[in-house]
Amino acid sequence: MRIYLEKRGNGKIADGAFFGLVVACALSIFAIVVAIVIVLFQRSALSRHTFGMSFFRSEDWDPVSGLFGAYPFIYGTLVSSFLALLIAVPLAIGVAIFVTELCPKFLRAPISFLTELLAAIPSVIYGLWGIFVLVPLVRDHVGPVLEKYLGWTGFFTGLNIGVGMLTASLILAIMILPIISSLTRDVMRAVPVSQREGVLALGATRWEMIRTGVLRNARIGIVGAVILGLGRALGETMAVTMLIGNHAEIHKSFFAPASTLASVIANEFSEATGDLYLSSLIEIGLALFVVTILVNAVARLLIWAVTRGAPARST
Amino acid sequence: MMKVFAAGFLAVATLASCGAQSLNGAGATFPNPIYSKWFYEFSQQKGGVKINYQPIGSGGGIRQVSDGTVDFGATDGPMSDEQINSAKVKTMHIPTVLGAVVPVYNLPGVNKELNFSGDVLAGIYLGQITKWNDPRIAKDNPGVNLPADSIVPVYRADGSGTTYIYTDFLSKVSNNWQSSVGKGTSVKWPTGIGQKGNEGVAGMVRQTPHSIGYVELIYALQNKMAFGTVKNAAGHFVKASTQGVTDAAASVKNIPADYRVSITNAPGATAYPISSFTWLLVPVHATDPNKSKAIKGFLEWMLEHGEGEASSLSYAPLPAALQTRIKATINTIQ
Repeated sequence: MRIYLEKRGNGKIADGAFFGLVVACALSIFAIVVAIVIVLFQRSALSRHTFGMSFFRSEDWDPVSGLFGAYPFIYGTLVSSFLALLIAVPLAIGVAIFVTELCPKFLRAPISFLTELLAAIPSVIYGLWGIFVLVPLVRDHVGPVLEKYLGWTGFFTGLNIGVGMLTASLILAIMILPIISSLTRDVMRAVPVSQREGVLALGATRWEMIRTGVLRNARIGIVGAVILGLGRALGETMAVTMLIGNHAEIHKSFFAPASTLASVIANEFSEATGDLYLSSLIEIGLALFVVTILVNAVARLLIWAVTRGAPARST
Repeated sequence: MMKVFAAGFLAVATLASCGAQSLNGAGATFPNPIYSKWFYEFSQQKGGVKINYQPIGSGGGIRQVSDGTVDFGATDGPMSDEQINSAKVKTMHIPTVLGAVVPVYNLPGVNKELNFSGDVLAGIYLGQITKWNDPRIAKDNPGVNLPADSIVPVYRADGSGTTYIYTDFLSKVSNNWQSSVGKGTSVKWPTGIGQKGNEGVAGMVRQTPHSIGYVELIYALQNKMAFGTVKNAAGHFVKASTQGVTDAAASVKNIPADYRVSITNAPGATAYPISSFTWLLVPVHATDPNKSKAIKGFLEWMLEHGEGEASSLSYAPLPAALQTRIKATINTIQ
């Protein structure tokens, strides 16, 4: 090592160059984000001037008469993503708890491997699987049961053909499960063993140990994992397009078809002929960008609110 | 090292200048299979012209040729007057082949081929006819035991020429459709489920009992899907075939000089009513005389040899009388 250091001459230039290189890498992130915003903003000028803020409130999406509104798509994106979280988060945390705390050693590797394999499947495969497996399942089995017991809520009524908000949310839940569960697992594993031993020594049961000793300590990381999952759900295009039914209307029932911001862009961009039509689709992209940023900001606020005042390690 | 690069560059440059003339086109996806075949055969037979075609969709084809980024475009729906006026490069429409759209359905227990009249199809997609045993469907299908289940209409979620042709037909046969929905590559569907591509609609219909959808004739023929007949303007229920589609084009009188014409609901007795041309968009004044010569060469070849091959790929060829007219039009390309 010393011989090498002596031979290589002045280190100051190398250090400076390295610093510059790393700064450039960091700045490139800003440059990319700024470039995206500028392009979306400029190219959507026509639609922004024509519709103003009513673009985000209007329920009309009518390319024939040139009326464009993003509200049904914003609704579809938010509802499908949050439904997916509602299903995926408990499941993911359950998987993580099992793998880190309860799982016999020989099962640990296969389960971890399989969850990570789920993350590697391309979304079009999820879409196809959804069409052939989930759609009939929801249409013939899950849907009728939900309608019978939860129909009174108004969320599970009406014609159920297996394609719609519910099925899209289910596929999203499956798609974000691996990222949430594997990150949660890593965070839980990072909690020192002494914490667990301490809680157990005080006479706690296993569940109490997991709850107070592990989950409490890991909660910041878990929220972070959930946010990453949500990010994937908001922008997911292919599988959702194949299963959501692509109908730009707002229905209370989750059986009804809906549409998302990402799916309408993917569907209509290539054949959008008019300038206003094209510009409106780009403004949809801008809306997706803004929704993603807002959701992330709210999530960060949530973390901040949860962690404020609480000690990093429970005492 | 530099020398090698320079030599290579020179070689490529000379090849490009004295060798093949190349043309770039972009546009409609519907005629892509036959265009690919034509362009390949043309360059094989008339060595020296290489044509690259990118099936990016009709909208993209119109935009790119109007901006002059490609040498020719292709579209399934004619350009609007507004698009023609705002285009930087003026183009002419040259019909190449014909396509058609057929209704497909999934009705368990019904083995007989169903008949549909235009106003029934419009009623179904407007959400006014909601049950299969509706008297209006039953009237067209005497003797068929129609179930009392809800109809699930399926449409193309992606913008497409197929949707344009279908909604163009519905607009012609139903005033209600024309005033509340209209025609376009994407429309505001009053009811139903959207799926991507012919395969998406076909898959959805195959899988969902009591559903109805629409796909390209070619897709239905090549995948051996059963489809229904449609009532034409003369009052006959016609099952789509390449012949019926060519008949539809032949029966339309007064095809305008710019060929921008819709042939849905054509008057002929054997005409299949949901038919349409697909067009190449060729610049009237090409920037490069060699390119316009190459395009002209291709179009002439297409009329002489290409049209004869259309039916083998399930596309309907242009009627003979129209081919003669187009030959004259090609000569006006400068």
